[in-house]
Amino acid sequence: MVTSNQAPTLSAESQAQIDRELAKYPADQRRSALMSALRIAQVEHRWLSNELIAVVADYVGVPPIAAMEVATFYNMFDMKPVGKHKITVCTNLPCALSGGYQAADYLKQKLGIGFNETTADGKFTLKEGECMGACGYAPVLLVNNHSMCNHMTPDAIDKKLAELE
Amino acid sequence: MTVYVKGVVFEGVDFDDPKHWGIEAYMARGGYAALKKILSTGMTQDEIIAEMKTSGLRGRGGAGFPTGLKWSFMPRSFPGQKYLVCNTDEGEPGTFKDLDIIVDNPHALIEGMIIGGFAMGITVGYNYIHGEVFEAYERFEAALEEARAAGFLGDNILGTNFCFQLHGHHGYGAYICGEETALLESLEGKKGQPRFKPPFPASFGLYGKPTTINNTETFASVPFIIREGGQKFLELGKPNNGGTKLFSVSGHVNRPGNYEIPLGTPFSELLEMCGGMRDGKKLKAVIPGGSSAPVLPADIMMQCTMDYDSISKAGSMLGSGAVIVMDETTCMVKALERLSYFYFEESCGQCTPCREGTGWLYRVVHRIEQGLGRPEDLDLLLSVGGNIAGRTICALGDAAVMPVQGMLKHFRSEFEHHIEHKQCLVPGF
Ligand SMILES: Cc1cc2nc3c(=O)[nH]c(=O)nc-3n(C[C@H](O)[C@H](O)[C@H](O)COP(=O)(O)O)c2cc1C
Ligand code: SF4
Ligand code: FES
Repeated sequence: MVTSNQAPTLSAESQAQIDRELAKYPADQRRSALMSALRIAQVEHRWLSNELIAVVADYVGVPPIAAMEVATFYNMFDMKPVGKHKITVCTNLPCALSGGYQAADYLKQKLGIGFNETTADGKFTLKEGECMGACGYAPVLLVNNHSMCNHMTPDAIDKKLAELE
Repeated sequence: MTVYVKGVVFEGVDFDDPKHWGIEAYMARGGYAALKKILSTGMTQDEIIAEMKTSGLRGRGGAGFPTGLKWSFMPRSFPGQKYLVCNTDEGEPGTFKDLDIIVDNPHALIEGMIIGGFAMGITVGYNYIHGEVFEAYERFEAALEEARAAGFLGDNILGTNFCFQLHGHHGYGAYICGEETALLESLEGKKGQPRFKPPFPASFGLYGKPTTINNTETFASVPFIIREGGQKFLELGKPNNGGTKLFSVSGHVNRPGNYEIPLGTPFSELLEMCGGMRDGKKLKAVIPGGSSAPVLPADIMMQCTMDYDSISKAGSMLGSGAVIVMDETTCMVKALERLSYFYFEESCGQCTPCREGTGWLYRVVHRIEQGLGRPEDLDLLLSVGGNIAGRTICALGDAAVMPVQGMLKHFRSEFEHHIEHKQCLVPGF
């Protein structure tokens, strides 16, 4: 990756995706697409820097502060750099009754990190999450915000981590 | 996905067929017949709403408000734009039924929303989908495309002058957006902070326009009611508790999953369907309606039937239908500590009693769990709770207090033991 002082950009693909979201709302309510636009930008850049948030705000046509408010309010936005793969473990009560903490402990031990930490090679970040709406399929992990993994016993975790190498 | 089906939403779904969620399979099992019936027989808006009232359908999102009555509040002659919103922001710990609906039978929801739009004279709808289930959001978007291609969505539906547009909206991780006015704020692209009520969404909703909001399962029950009649739906359940309902069973049972069964089914039968208690352990307690519902001990729960009235008589609530089952090894202090942390974490921070009070509740339960509790802490919890409940903008405040009150009502001695002996009676998780 080349580091530069230039503002981050949104790829043509990201812009096309944001345009599809914008089309869902009345023309004078572009702000409704802000959350999706930030999500799309985060998928492209992995996390939301202040500069990136300003670019998204500009694209959607809202003041940067409006985008900043949204980015900081919702849990799944990452306001700091994260590893290549962010793994969020649900430890809420229903999952806890079916191995949620064991899954978390296994991941901590295997990756050698705690919650909110990233492995030295920058590959994995571990997070603790709240109910993901999949409690019957516990233990539950969410990989990179978008891929839900059910029944994550130690064996299943080993397999998943190998896939994510 | 494990779904035991004896109910209106998943009736006839062949889960082994990879395209069971698609429009062809849906139509083969009678899907979109209700919409066609309305448009071809000239069923009027009043007739639809009357049918909804007859059905006794109560909102499946938690509060159990009668759906027909809610639909009748919508000002039908309002000249401007009105909106229909579906709440798929399922985040109440223990609840995972709406996820299965949009994944395994999305067209039932879509058809239910189109019918709702017709009945209330609404032409635009949004479905707000919980952030953590992105793949389910994509499935819903794919189903919308199918419905558009088939002429069930868009302009001049089935050659009539009825138009209805429907879109998916993806959230990004905030429990509070399940509260309907927070959801509207979020849909407008803002922080999800609940609004003061009144005005209610029926007069001031999305973009300030009249809006009706219902839960996913509520809408998905509509096609059956219109196709088969409200009376038939009512008779599937019991009076004042019409129809069937999805129960998300989690915790210490052999087969956790969603069970769609008639309202009024005894809890003991539901437990049997779930294969009974895991490892043959003894049932200790059940949270019968999602994390906000007060816990009930085994002996009371075993006397209950699964419906709004029975559970409320027992001192709890059916809520979203999330049944969290706990066996004899569960430490109630630990269980409450985890729930209290959740409400503290998810408070939107707008009202002082909720913002400060949820943190206070958590810290006190936490110190009891850590063996640092004081004898007066239990009364302190109740007093803090009393200062939150009923004093906040939205019901999250009450939701944080009810688990505390329920635990102290039924398991106070376990908390006292913790304070006195500085450790658990049982191992916990
Ligand atoms: C803190 C809080 C969270 C809620 N979460 C949800 C939810 O996840 N899904 C839902 O349908 N309703 C939820 N509700 C209830 C909604 O505000 C609203 O009553 C419901 O969506 C109305 O639909 P219904 O009448 O079909 O049940 C929540 C309420 C509160 C106070
Ligand atoms: S009760 Fe809590 S969650 Fe609800 S508006 Fe007030 S601070 Fe926000
Ligand atoms: S408690 Fe973990 S997904 Fe619901």
